[in-house]
Amino acid sequence: MQVEEKFTYETWPAHSEKATLEAKNKFIGFWLFLGGETVLFASLFATYLALKDKVPNTSMPHAKDLFELPLTFAATMLLLTSSLTSVYAMYHMKNFAFRKMMLWLGLTALLGAGFLGLEIYEFTNYVHEGHTFTSSAFGSAFYTLVGFHGGHVAFGLLWCLTLMFRNSKRGLDLYNAPKFYVFSLYWHFIDVVWVFIFTVVYLMGMVG
Amino acid sequence: MSTYAQKKGFGATLWDFLTTVDHKKIAILYLIAGGFFFVVGGLEAMFIRIQLAVPNNDFVSAGLYNEIMTMHGTTMIFLAAMPLVFAFMNAVMPLQIGARDVAFPFVNALGFWLFFFGGVFLNLSWFLGGAPDAGWTSYASLAIASKGHGVDFYVLGLQISGIGTLIGGINFLVTIINMRAPGMTYMRMPLFTWSTFVTSALILFAFPPLTVGLVLMMFDRLFGANFFEVTMGGNTVIWEHLFWIFGHPEVYILILPAFGIFSETFAIFSRKRLFGYSSMVFALVLIGFLGFMVWAHHMFTTGLGPVANAIFAVATMAIGVPTGIKIFNWLFTMWGGSVKFTTPMLYAVSFIPSFVAGGVTGVMLASAAADYQYHDTYFVVAHFHYVIVGGVVLAILAGTHLYWPKMFGTMLNETMGKITFTLFLIGFHLTFFIQHFLGLWGMPRRVFTYLPGQGFETANMVSTVGAFFMAVGVIVLLINIIVTSARNVRVGNDPWGDGRTLEWAIPSPPPFYNFKQLPLVRGLDAYWLEKMEGKMAMTPAEPIGDIHMPNASFLPFTIALGLFIAAFGAMYHVDHKPWALPVMVIGLLVTFASMFLRSVKDDHGFHIHKEDLIEKTDKGVEA
Repeated sequence: MQVEEKFTYETWPAHSEKATLEAKNKFIGFWLFLGGETVLFASLFATYLALKDKVPNTSMPHAKDLFELPLTFAATMLLLTSSLTSVYAMYHMKNFAFRKMMLWLGLTALLGAGFLGLEIYEFTNYVHEGHTFTSSAFGSAFYTLVGFHGGHVAFGLLWCLTLMFRNSKRGLDLYNAPKFYVFSLYWHFIDVVWVFIFTVVYLMGMVG
Repeated sequence: MSTYAQKKGFGATLWDFLTTVDHKKIAILYLIAGGFFFVVGGLEAMFIRIQLAVPNNDFVSAGLYNEIMTMHGTTMIFLAAMPLVFAFMNAVMPLQIGARDVAFPFVNALGFWLFFFGGVFLNLSWFLGGAPDAGWTSYASLAIASKGHGVDFYVLGLQISGIGTLIGGINFLVTIINMRAPGMTYMRMPLFTWSTFVTSALILFAFPPLTVGLVLMMFDRLFGANFFEVTMGGNTVIWEHLFWIFGHPEVYILILPAFGIFSETFAIFSRKRLFGYSSMVFALVLIGFLGFMVWAHHMFTTGLGPVANAIFAVATMAIGVPTGIKIFNWLFTMWGGSVKFTTPMLYAVSFIPSFVAGGVTGVMLASAAADYQYHDTYFVVAHFHYVIVGGVVLAILAGTHLYWPKMFGTMLNETMGKITFTLFLIGFHLTFFIQHFLGLWGMPRRVFTYLPGQGFETANMVSTVGAFFMAVGVIVLLINIIVTSARNVRVGNDPWGDGRTLEWAIPSPPPFYNFKQLPLVRGLDAYWLEKMEGKMAMTPAEPIGDIHMPNASFLPFTIALGLFIAAFGAMYHVDHKPWALPVMVIGLLVTFASMFLRSVKDDHGFHIHKEDLIEKTDKGVEA
């Protein structure tokens, strides 16, 4: 199958994300990359758990003094929903519905931006309470773990917007279908990482 | 004559190498850069040995000694051994599986330039206020206290080159999973390809912990974080864990490709199928798996407690079993074979006793209780030089001779090769064997000098003399390379005459598309199989057709260059230099703009047309 070939709804292959060798390579390669990313976040989680609540003097805020459930719950909902909207985008890609795919991708980016906004708001709150990147080992570990995730979300946003901008006029083909698909894999991955952050950092932080 | 083989000017050749995405040219780049850093690391080793030749020596000062020792280890592991191993993987692995290139040629070039700029950045520390001086392990308790920018060079340089290695590993994995020729099942893959596969999996899972460790140290040193600052709640043992979770798999990342090269060498020059092929594959995978279970044996004296020490001691000893399987299989491959003692085979044969000696001391060190005596003595130095020089470096030298004709189309001189071998092997044992005893007599590692009258004089002098033997051996090799390149006697497909695998079925060096028609693989040692049935070439698996090739690109160079520039900004920003922050921003902009350009500009590659391929055959240029 040629990469630049024009398709219609009828001729669009069932697995457009893996139809060419380049696409298959991209697919496997990206899964492997996510394997490496898993180890990266595992290392950051281990560091966080080792340094949790390790502050130079006891008057400084601990995890249970800082975290507030309503805010992180809202952030979680935004990010989980954005994962769902990216699934809808992929559903429309499989059905060769380019406009609808772009719409759902746009919604995904919007929700991701909302999440990022909440995270920045949350971080400024903590800074006002004296919990900063440089105030303690706990602070360094917290901002590094959660910030690495936030950085991944920010990169994902840029990626999503670049994809949408570049392909806005040309529709779907076998050259860009795997690119959209790989982005959605990445987006799910950062969502899964957030589920762990929500559990390990926030829920476990609040129970002590 | 095909266009790519025509004589080109220096500028055109340079531009060709700066933009190439061809795995064979990238292999040459890795070989040159890795060879250069090998010489640099070797010079540092010579300075170490000259300083230690006599007691109370003042050839270098204590502080400079720390820098030389740190840079020797760091350079040899990250900038010499790994890229040289990558050179052979790039040169040979795609040919062995019958592929026209790697899965991501662009990423392959990017990986090289990241490694290269990371290495250059690290070595620029010599000229910019001093090199890192906290040892190649850069334990946080030392590294955080280190003055100047030395450790910053280490942290930033290794991050840049580490990304390059990681994407290289992913690239090789995907290539082997997706791009094997028809009939090339997993259990028909040559052992060197198998070792590339397992090594790449280790890279994928071992490099992220190093990246995290380096990021934490960078945050601590440059951005005011407190991961390792004990008074602020930090903990330096975190670094030890992260470093060794990477560091132990790293030694297998180095030795497994060495095993692969020797497996090929033994089979070729015993002119016999590798003994116990499936057990060799099983042993490789098992070593790779166990390699992740043993990191804390580097930390027996850290104080993790008897239970942890016992578990890691047992796991470490378990690795001896699959390694033993491999040693016996190599011996049995030679048994009853018609052995030809060429230069690569001499290295392979001498590798067995040398490496076994390193393995025996490894099991000794694995006994946690005994390790309290050996820890931080020259016994450890002797042990890891026996496995790394006696394993990895011998394999790199063997691979240089074995694959030189495939990479450059001309054979290295055998007589000079044997002179190099003799000098190097004698020098190696002279240098390091005595160090076992130095360690047992109580000489600590990493000291810049020692006092007379402690019984260390003779042994240290012997060790230094041995180092000079190795240096002369390497010089003979360099002369060999120059002489061989000047003579440039061209060779055919199978210059050793006994090639077994697909790379020997095509011209030396191969055309840039490797295989005009993908070969049909009918079993293990595919080319040997055809030769035994009296055929001169592989049976094609497809008719001659258009071949799709990737376009060359300058972007890998600029992406890596941007990070190189940004690293300077990040480093000098702690000195409150006004230009530091803008430099960092500009560097990152170069990188991200290059990535953006790569994303928005379509790159469909190009096709070599069927007619051109057929024309070449008619004129008899390509076989």
